[in-house]
Parts: sequence; structure tokens; C-alpha cells
Amino acid sequence: MQTGPNNQATPFATTGRSRRGEPWIWLTAGGLALGIAMALGLFLLILIKGTASFWPGRIELMEVSIDGKTELIAGYITQETERRDGEGKLHEEIQIFRGNKDLNGEAFKYIDRANILKSSRPESLLLVERLEFGPAIVHGVAVETPQGRIEVASPDFMPALETMLRQGAEARGRLLKIERKQIGAISRELEALGRAEKTGAVAAPTAASRREVLQKDFERLQAQAAEIRAEVSKSRFLGRSADGREITVESGALLGVFESNRASFAGRVGEMAHRIWKFLKDDPREANTEGGVFPAIFGTVIMTLVMSLFVTPFGVITAIYLREYASQGLFVRIVRVCVNNLAGVPSIVFGVFGLAFFVYFVGGKIDQALFSDKLPTPTYGTPGIFWASLTLALLTLPVVIVATEEALSAVPRGVREAALACGASKWQTIQRVVLPASLPGILTGVILAMARGAGEVAPLMLVGVVKLAPSLPIDDIAPFIHPERKFMHLGFHIYDLGFQSPDAEAAKPIVYATALLLIIVVVTLNLAAILIRNRLKKRFATSSF
Amino acid sequence: MPDSAPAFRPDFIRVENFSFHYGEKQAIFDIDMAIPEHRVTALIGPSGCGKSTLLRNMNRMNDLIEGVRHEGDIRLNGTSLYDPSVEVISLRKRVGMVFQKYNPFAKSIYENVVFSLRVAGRSKKSELDETVERALKAAALWDEVKDRLHDSAFGLSGGQQQRLCIARAIANQPEILLMDEPCAALDPLATLKIEELITKLKKQYTIVIVTHNMEQATRCSDRTAFLYMGRLIEYGETVQVFENPAHPETEAYITGRFS
Repeated sequence: MQTGPNNQATPFATTGRSRRGEPWIWLTAGGLALGIAMALGLFLLILIKGTASFWPGRIELMEVSIDGKTELIAGYITQETERRDGEGKLHEEIQIFRGNKDLNGEAFKYIDRANILKSSRPESLLLVERLEFGPAIVHGVAVETPQGRIEVASPDFMPALETMLRQGAEARGRLLKIERKQIGAISRELEALGRAEKTGAVAAPTAASRREVLQKDFERLQAQAAEIRAEVSKSRFLGRSADGREITVESGALLGVFESNRASFAGRVGEMAHRIWKFLKDDPREANTEGGVFPAIFGTVIMTLVMSLFVTPFGVITAIYLREYASQGLFVRIVRVCVNNLAGVPSIVFGVFGLAFFVYFVGGKIDQALFSDKLPTPTYGTPGIFWASLTLALLTLPVVIVATEEALSAVPRGVREAALACGASKWQTIQRVVLPASLPGILTGVILAMARGAGEVAPLMLVGVVKLAPSLPIDDIAPFIHPERKFMHLGFHIYDLGFQSPDAEAAKPIVYATALLLIIVVVTLNLAAILIRNRLKKRFATSSF
Repeated sequence: MPDSAPAFRPDFIRVENFSFHYGEKQAIFDIDMAIPEHRVTALIGPSGCGKSTLLRNMNRMNDLIEGVRHEGDIRLNGTSLYDPSVEVISLRKRVGMVFQKYNPFAKSIYENVVFSLRVAGRSKKSELDETVERALKAAALWDEVKDRLHDSAFGLSGGQQQRLCIARAIANQPEILLMDEPCAALDPLATLKIEELITKLKKQYTIVIVTHNMEQATRCSDRTAFLYMGRLIEYGETVQVFENPAHPETEAYITGRFS
């Protein structure tokens, strides 16, 4: 080695670009940073917009001059924008949500800031949630009950209103029970009776007498329902809109009243929690723009779980054969390439396949074999949650197969030989040694499959998802599990609200909230699977994984 | 002493004109040797000389590799290993094996030991408990692990894991114990323990050991076979092979002139 005074001659000197160290680190790091920034930005946008839509703001009462006339408008400011008109002049505009769709036709309105003459926040303005026409924003006037009328000025006004709200909720519960459950049960029995009569299982006179009994029951229940309706219509809430028009809400349609401008910070936080809770547990109303998304959460979770239930065993046994038993020749190589390519097939193609094969072919055959008495009304020969789960199981199958194959091949040869040397057969070796050792890797594949499946929407539109499902796929009506039913899905709900809704402005906050919820549901499902995997891993700390 | 018992058979394992091919490549050329019962027989030789191949044929572990074929025969107590009526699984129950790299299963210590019983369909609790204690004691591991039998086997040190593998191999009481460089991955102290164990185990089992370590062969084997390029060059009592080798290649190898 040379050790001259000229240290440029040392054999470890570097030249050219690499003299300053690794040259392209900044590029790779930049790629990562960009990725993180985009993912974080997306998540933050959805998080902020999604939660903000539940925050109760203050109601502004504004005096606005429109075409020379002065108008009073009350509402929540939802957006502030700038607009350049034809002459290039800049206008500051605000979008306000003024509710009262029954009076105004549209719930949102744009106002030029320059036209606002006066603005205040009177405490008498209330936000009234009701069953129809969306929320109303009114000054409270009075409540009318059979016992009499209580004016807003009276100290009994709020207590009376609360009693009315409670009674209304209770009446709605009773109505739901009568109409959905009891009348539903009668109509189901009538239907079954008709079919039984057609096939000759029940004699015509027996059927007729039973039908009479059922008809009587039906009339009695209807009378009960009408009685409840008449009772709730006796109490009502009276309000006056900002521009002085009367709004009356019967107690049966009154869902809630919130004193937006009077509520303290704690009160508003409470209201926000209340709204989130209702969003999670309620059924959607008014073309999905109001109410909650519970059926969509339920449908998403059930569909994903059923899908995992099918894809896991199917994928694992396929991978076991491919990796452990099949002789590794040209054929297996071709199969493996095909499996990998299957993962690249556009998901809508799987939807078409699911519709043609599962729904029409398999479902049609099932109907012919088991439900021929109901034909031509299809039972299984129509899109439903079971077929959607199977279609997605097929879609995510390559993920599970590839992950399982990798996990199996990562099990060291020595461990397999040790098992065989102990006198285990090949199957015993796989079952007792190879599979337990590769379980964490297999579960990683299942997690990936769940993440992919839960977010998939396009194929579902063909095989079972609907805008509004009248009933859940699992409920308290025998046989309790209804795999043939159509279902709602959060992903489709987002699409439906964002692009198919009659009132896009009203739906916008719910779109963000639903998107946030979809992310939370997918993350929760994945976290559950990851927790299970880690528990399995911990049982055998430090393995080949 | 079992090795002075009348049941002592000088040709317990009989390798008869045995040749072995991996596809086109021949690994073993016409080996003929007899391995005595209750003795430790060491197979030595440079890498690629075929000693591991020979060892792995004694429990037909090489069957797993595609494209292998053999000529000649290996007899275990008179029975041909390659007889069509021999079931590989029952054969492997009679021939235990310990590998170069310790390879416990991703299971508890207890389940590792009773694995061979479980796959044989034996699951009586008392029998399993008894086996665990006997095998672990025989493998000189009992005192170290008796309080954590249901912990993961991966929590043990390397030497302990290898002794666990020995316990696993002898749990179902095989007749023969094959050891393929059992100390190659261990430190000197752990190696010493395994060697002591080998000396102890030969009272019950016939042991064939492949080793690269000359001292190990002299310390714990009774007979030594030197293989070179797939051929059996020299085979005899260990003392004689090491002190007075008959072939120049043997002498060159054991004195370290090539490896």
C-alpha cells in the first residue's frame, strides 16, 4: 500500500459522483416523502372535513338586500368563496345552509357579502330536525299539546318540547314494531299460505279460514297504527322562519331541537357526539342525504367477513397443493403466472363474471331446485350479499394464494426434514409443522385481501349492492341469516351520495363523513386481523418470520 | 453393559455395494461396509465426499430429492431399506436423525419432544409425560427446562436447541441415531456437552455420525470411515485409523494437508 504524503494516492480514495457519498439518496427519500405527504394530506382532508360536518355552528340571521328588496335569511355559513363576475370584479360570496326546504325549495343559498346589511345571532333561532324536508331553521313560537298551548316565552316551553320529543320517539318505535314486525309477519304468512295452497299442501277451506283470521289481525293492527298516528298529530311544534312564514312539525315527525345559538361549548360538543352516534346507528332518510349509515356499515363488515371466510381456506389449500404437492414443472409455472395475472384483472370484470356465474347460473339452479314454488320471483337467482362475498373472494384469491405460497416456501427445509425424520407423513408435516410456522405469513395475505375486498365497489354494483336496502342481511326474522338479500355498502354509499344524490350540496358533508367511516371500518378490520396474527406470532417468539 | 451383551451384532447396518446418483452426478461409488450395533461410527472426509449422502440414505431422506437413483442395497438388521414392502414412515420411526442446524419446531419444548409420538397417533397423557421426562433426561436437558416445558422451543440457547432435537429424535426409541454434523453450529462448550451425550447414548442406540472435526471423531467414535470422492477409502477402529492409517489419502486428510 502506498503511504506517500499525497493522500490522493491512497487506495481508498473515491472519484467522481460518489465522492460526496451516495448520490441518489435524496431522490429515493424524496419519493418516500412525497408518498407520505400525499397519504397524510388525503387522510387529514377526510378527517377534518368528515368530523367538521358534525360540528354544530352558530345560526346567522342576516338582512340581505336582493334586487333592491330587503330579505331576512337565517342559516349556517357552510362555505366562503370568491367569484369573478363578467366584468372581472371580485365578489366575496358565502354559501349558507338555511334549511326549510319545504318553504324555499333549496336548502343552500349563495349570498354576496356586499349585499349583507346586518348580521346577528339571536338566541331564539332553533335548529329543528324532522322526518321530512331536512332540518328547519326557525324561531320557536309555541308547542301545542292536547293539554293546551305553551308559548315560547313561558318557562315551561323547553320542558314541554322535550316531553313531546320523547313521546314522538316512543310513538315512532311503536309504529315501527307494528308495521315492520307484526304486519310484516302477517304478510309473510299470507304469502306462504298462497304458495302452500298452490302446491296443494294446504286445503283451500283451511287456507281461507286462516286467511280470514290473518285479515282480522291485519285490520286490528292497522287500526292501532292509525290510533297512534292520530295521537301524535295532536301535539305539534310551531315555529316561524326568519322571513316570517309558519312551520308546523307534528310530534311524530319531530326528531330533535337544538338551540344552536344558546348552547355552551360543552353543549355543542355533546350535540356533536349525539350527531355522530345517530350517524352511526340510524337508517338513512330522504334519498340517503339525511339520517345515518348503519345498514352500510353492517353490510360492509358482514360482506368482508363472509368473503374472508371463503377466500382463506380456498386460497390456502390451493397454495398448499401448488407449493407442496404439485411437481414444479411447466404446468405449475403457467398456473402460477395465471394466478398472478388474475390479480391484475379489472375488478368490474369479476363483477360481470359473478353476475353471470354466481347469480344467474348457480343462483338460478338453486332457485329451480329449492325455491321453485316462488318462481318466477327469484330468491337466489338475483344479486345478493352472498354472491357479492363470493365474487370478492374470487377477486382477492390471488392475494391469499401468493402470500400463502411465499409463507410456505419460507419454512426452512431443515424443519420439514426434521418432521419427516420423526416418522411424520407428508401431510402430517404440512399440517403440524409447516402450516403453524407459516400462519403469520398466511394471515398477512388474508389481511391484504380484506383491505382490498372491503374497499372494492365496482363489482358489487353488479352482484348485490343497492342504494337503499329495506332490511339487513342478518336480523330477528327467521331464518335470521338472509344471504340472498341485497345490502348497502359504504363505498357504494359514497358514490351514491356524491354523484347520484338529488341535492349534491346537502350530501357533501356526509360524503366526507362516510369516506372517513369507510377508512375507519377497513382499518378496524385490518387491526383485528393484525392483532390475531401478532398473538399467534408471540406464542412462538422469533421464528423464521 | 449393553455393548458386551450377547445381542451385539457386528453388521447391524450393512451397506452392500451401494452407489448413488443425483441425476447425472454420481455421489457414491460402490461402498460396502458393516456398522456394528451399540457403537459410534464416524464418517469423515472432505466436503462433497458423499458422507452426508450416505448418512441420509440410511433413513431414505434422499427420497425427497427429485431425480435420484441408487444401486446396491442398505440392510438394517437384515432387512433391505429399499424392499418394496418397507414403508418409509415406519422405517424412519426406527431410525432417528439429528441435523447440522438445530431445527426445533415452532412449538413448545414439550410438543417438540412428543412430536414423533403424536404423528404415530399416540396421545395418552401419562405416556407423553413419561416420554418427555425420559427423552429430556437422556438428552441431558431435563434439569435445564423442566420448569418451562410449555414455553416456546425458540427461547432456548443453540446448544439447548440441539439437545432438544436429540431428545426429539430419541423420544420414540429408535434403534439407530443418525447425526449429520450435530455440532457444526455450536460453540465449543455446547459441543463438549453433545459429545458427552453421544458417548452416553451409544449404550442404547447405534449411532452414525458425520463430522468435520477430527478431534470429535477421535473423542467419541469407536469406528471411523474415511470417504473421499464418493469412495470408501479406509474403515476400521478409530484408534487404528487415526494412529496408523493404511492409505496415504487418509493420512493426508487427518493430518490436515487437505480438506
